[in-house]
Amino acid sequence: MTNVPATPGAADSGAAPEPAGERKVSEGLHFARRNPKLLIGTGIVLALLFTGLIGPLFIDQGPNVYVGPKSQPPSSEYWMGTTSFGQDIWAQFVYGLRSTFLVGALGGGIAFVVGTAVGFVAGFKGGLVDELLNMFTNVVLVLPTLVVLIVAVAYLDVRGVVVQALFIGLTSWPWAARAVRSQALSLATRDYVDLARLSGRRTWRIITTEIAPNMSSYLVMSFILLFGGAILIAAGLDFIGLGPANGVSLGLMLESAVAWSALQLGMWWWFIPPGAGITLLVGSMYILNVGLDEVFNPKLREL
Amino acid sequence: MTLRVNDLKVYYQTLRGDVHALDGVNFDLADGEIMGLAGESGCGKSTLGKSLIRLDGRMRHVDGTIELDGENVPIADDRAMNRFRYHEISLIPQYAMSALNPTRKIGRMINELLRSRGVRPADVAEELDRRLELVGLDPDVLKRFPIELSGGMKQRVVMVMATLLDPSLLIADEATSALDVSTQRSVVESMVEFRDRGYVKSMIFVTHDISLVYQMADTVMVMYAGRIAEKAPASTIINDPQHPYTKMLIGALPEVGTTTEDTRLEGIPGTPPGLLHPPTGCRFKDRCPIASEECSQTPPLVEIEPGHWAACWKTGR
Amino acid sequence: MWRYMGRKLGIYGITFVVAVTINWMIPRFMPGDPVSSMLNRASVSDPEALERMNTYYNEVFGLDTPLYQQYLSFWSGLLRGDLGISVWLYPEPVTDIILRHIPFTLGLLLPAIILSWIVGNRFGAFAARSKILDNTVLPLGYILTATPYMWLALLLAWALGVVGGFFPTAGGYSFALTPSWSWPFISNLLTHWFLPFLSMFLVALGGWAIGMRNMIIYELEADYSNYLQALGAPRRLIRRYAFRNAMLPQITGLAVQLGTIIAGALLTEIVFNYPGLGTLVLNSLNNNDFFLLQGIFLFVVVGVLIANFIIDIIYVLVDPRTRVQMTGGAS
Repeated sequence: MTNVPATPGAADSGAAPEPAGERKVSEGLHFARRNPKLLIGTGIVLALLFTGLIGPLFIDQGPNVYVGPKSQPPSSEYWMGTTSFGQDIWAQFVYGLRSTFLVGALGGGIAFVVGTAVGFVAGFKGGLVDELLNMFTNVVLVLPTLVVLIVAVAYLDVRGVVVQALFIGLTSWPWAARAVRSQALSLATRDYVDLARLSGRRTWRIITTEIAPNMSSYLVMSFILLFGGAILIAAGLDFIGLGPANGVSLGLMLESAVAWSALQLGMWWWFIPPGAGITLLVGSMYILNVGLDEVFNPKLREL
Repeated sequence: MTLRVNDLKVYYQTLRGDVHALDGVNFDLADGEIMGLAGESGCGKSTLGKSLIRLDGRMRHVDGTIELDGENVPIADDRAMNRFRYHEISLIPQYAMSALNPTRKIGRMINELLRSRGVRPADVAEELDRRLELVGLDPDVLKRFPIELSGGMKQRVVMVMATLLDPSLLIADEATSALDVSTQRSVVESMVEFRDRGYVKSMIFVTHDISLVYQMADTVMVMYAGRIAEKAPASTIINDPQHPYTKMLIGALPEVGTTTEDTRLEGIPGTPPGLLHPPTGCRFKDRCPIASEECSQTPPLVEIEPGHWAACWKTGR
Repeated sequence: MWRYMGRKLGIYGITFVVAVTINWMIPRFMPGDPVSSMLNRASVSDPEALERMNTYYNEVFGLDTPLYQQYLSFWSGLLRGDLGISVWLYPEPVTDIILRHIPFTLGLLLPAIILSWIVGNRFGAFAARSKILDNTVLPLGYILTATPYMWLALLLAWALGVVGGFFPTAGGYSFALTPSWSWPFISNLLTHWFLPFLSMFLVALGGWAIGMRNMIIYELEADYSNYLQALGAPRRLIRRYAFRNAMLPQITGLAVQLGTIIAGALLTEIVFNYPGLGTLVLNSLNNNDFFLLQGIFLFVVVGVLIANFIIDIIYVLVDPRTRVQMTGGAS
């Protein structure tokens, strides 16, 4: 959903005459270990994931149970304070992180699968197939995702995280398809792909064995961006009140904070943690992505 | 003497250490000389071309000096080099097709470049038109965008632009490899004409295509693995090469005039040594049919007859 | 030229048809009877009014006629500018309600998009100057784009509104005032406008800065930049070229980002209870007013399509390459 941080740079032309190959991997690792953006980003994402996975195990009652005194600021007992109804915000936060990761992985995953499939086939097949898929991509690209989702989800009576992720995945893939298509297009004209094509191998085999491995780094980065984008869209839907019924998520926390006037009552502890959680998670993912880009794309190392 | 290169060493910095791309290069270039610079890819010929005008980020000047018209050329000092660039040393790059800013009209871009180098565009405007006509272009191309020109036209525009300030040294780096044969020929002829008219004092023409060099160059220098193998007048290199590497290079040519690099170089068994840890002694000895014990010592580049230099223990004695 | 424009218009035409069809399909193919579920959930107390509404909506949906006829009559209504009648504000036509709210949304959206684009591009170009700047501006930009629009809106409302007391945090103008072209009203309007605008501006800014930074680095690596450096052209000239060339993909980016920014505007409006389309979406959802919701959807889609087309035209005017190709320049 954001600008793709991967600049479309060609691979290193390698002015130095030396054999490449397996050295590339170790070189990548070498830079990976020295890239602060990658390390910090990964560290924060993993820490949040860990919190979301482990945190709920230490919470006895459900996140929406009225456990304590009402409208309490953070204290040693309730780390993030309580809501106007006496719900523990820390409990909601860790459960919310969990569903945020789930929506991101599912929604981003679906968008990734659809986007790369469309992109690969369009870029590799060319001709009429490309023409049609490209038109389809452009149509979905122009439609404002969140607004479509609002209309679609509004009619659903039962809403859950999975359904939400499915809808998000099915609407947010176009830019990935575009990016993958242009990459595949340039790879599809290379000699070794031609050779494979001439030797009569099936399209799908060629894509999975020849083209995809050569742009694996690009695919990883696309997935991360879709992941982050899905989280932001889900938060928006939740905030409008189209989130999972009876569920917990960071977006729903923001919704109830606004609905119950946390702003006017000055209950900052209600609306700051969920938003900070989303920002930190998605921001770290983006920064991690820049780090990956620098590791994979030697041209960016120098600046 | 226009250019004098003395024991030049330029290394590429990589994670695994320095790649000795130029390891002690010595040669002279006379006034009016067009020198073809040939060799397999990775032999250092492009590095030499770049070193003379601008080192890129990973290149490091290790040793050696360069003199142009008796003046020291400070290639390691990017700032001090600016004085020489374009005015004294100019370049027709490998990527001449994409060397022009795609969103500026050509004339405007040239004017902006000139102004930034302290030249009033009006002072050279007439000359610019005349030279464009000389290479067969309508001066109207100045009012066009690069995308409106064909590859050959862009090439000629770059050639005129690069030589507009009458540099002492012009480096043409694989300048014709992207062109078709007939365009190549006319570009090459224009280059010779530019030299004849004194627009450029001397020229280094980097190429992998020896037959092309033979058509235009006065002398040919053959490089191998970061060093000079042989330098001699073009006809001598083709008809009477002395260094075993040159011999094989020429011998592998089926017929002068019609080959591409790949088919030609397949004729030489083996591959050039890696330059990360270059072998001691003569670098060609592993592929050389006449190598012997003395080749474990580095052969010096010696003048075996006037104007003919070779670095091989077996030549000229 | 006309081929290119025709192609683009074709895509937009198809998109419009797709959007209308989605709009038509959703209530019909979701489980349940749309009319009764809509009216059941809407709390209408007067039985007579309920009966009237029931008849009206049944007629509009025409559920007993064949599907293709429903589809055609949907289109004919649409082309007459008739988007139906609101349930929530019965019997006001949906079109009138939307038109009343649109100026507020546009007033937020247009300045936020244009200013963030201009400023973001400057910042991005500035960041690409040195490693230190790059390492500070870049992460900041990423944090900003990763911020949910409504959260930044909440933070600003809290810090500058509730705690600081500098700006009002709700509504489009004070209810004590009646809309007029007087100075007190306009200044009141502006103070209400500022915070929603600022929060949208900031979030969008990050994305533009990052995009510009990446594009400029790409341009500085381009062959023409290298060549100019080899000819000793000063850094300033090369940067100027790179900046200009990097702007072009950013114009395309504007079209791609439009949907996200509009979504952001809707969310931001809800936080500030700003009387634009976002608040209207929330109200229509809370009142099960699907006619209103779908009307808003169509308006937004049409707006996006128009904006896309304008951006296409600007791009053609600005990029000599497409311009030349279109006028069939000699080669």
